Amino acid sequence: MIPLAWYLALSAVLFTIGAAGVLIKRNAIAMFMCIELMLNSVNLTFVAFSSFFRDVSGQLIVFIVMTVAAAEAAVGLGIIIAIFRNRESLDVDDASILKL
Amino acid sequence: METLLLYALFGLFAALAIGCAIAVVVQRNPLYSAISLIGVFIALAAHYIMLAAPFIAAVQIIVYAGAIMVLVVFVIMLLNVEEAEHRPARLRFLVPTAILLAAVLFAEAAFVIYSVGDSPYSSLDTSAPPVGLTSSIGISLFTEYLLPFEITSILLLMAIVGAITLARQASISELRRAAAVTITGDNAEAETSGFQSAKSNEITPVRTGAIN
Repeated sequence: MIPLAWYLALSAVLFTIGAAGVLIKRNAIAMFMCIELMLNSVNLTFVAFSSFFRDVSGQLIVFIVMTVAAAEAAVGLGIIIAIFRNRESLDVDDASILKL
Repeated sequence: METLLLYALFGLFAALAIGCAIAVVVQRNPLYSAISLIGVFIALAAHYIMLAAPFIAAVQIIVYAGAIMVLVVFVIMLLNVEEAEHRPARLRFLVPTAILLAAVLFAEAAFVIYSVGDSPYSSLDTSAPPVGLTSSIGISLFTEYLLPFEITSILLLMAIVGAITLARQASISELRRAAAVTITGDNAEAETSGFQSAKSNEITPVRTGAIN
């Protein structure tokens, strides 16, 4: 059997790549996708623990995290479109003064 | 033999997930990043199936790779984003800083994983009752976890209202700006709002052309 630590290590690698992407990227949509990557790595941790400890709670939390991610996608992409309409740019450096 | 196959599958899909994740960060074109992210989602769905969670794997494919990524790709194509142009990078030193901080984060995670050690249970133990099936998830979703379920539905309603509000406000302010440009003419450009009027002057013909 594959040890639990391997899944946790894979999840840590994915989360690290996502966090580095949020720090490096300046395109708003690319940063959004890196956040989705981090959410997915945490989901992998939840499912691995749920499967190894025979507890269904982890998979329910993953289900709710997916719902929150869908809501985040709707609102976040709406905000990105609003910023793009006002500034003609997706660069987050152009939207650094906290008002439209 | 079967164990060896499992390890091979784990290595294959872990390599696919990590490679696609690196591609998400490295690619300059957001569309290529989105395609790579779909690869990550599919690899993770394969991991969920290996962890005996078929329901979560199906939802991962349908909701993430289906709905959310279609939304993201739609927005990328709607905004017609080109590749990120090379600016004079005033924050160039942030890239090594970000990589260093990410390495520290990974070291912390590795330390926690190492100190936790192995779990007492093993996966795919056939004697234990299955937890990943749709029926078991549904039963506890509607009994033990009913309150989070209802709160999630309210959250979705708020997201719908918020998205519609954002879209409406943007279009109203745009219409108002276009009307101001039409009424005041080119003299308004010297005023304080000159920069915005100049921008909407450029935008408006494109928009009307697109509508017609």
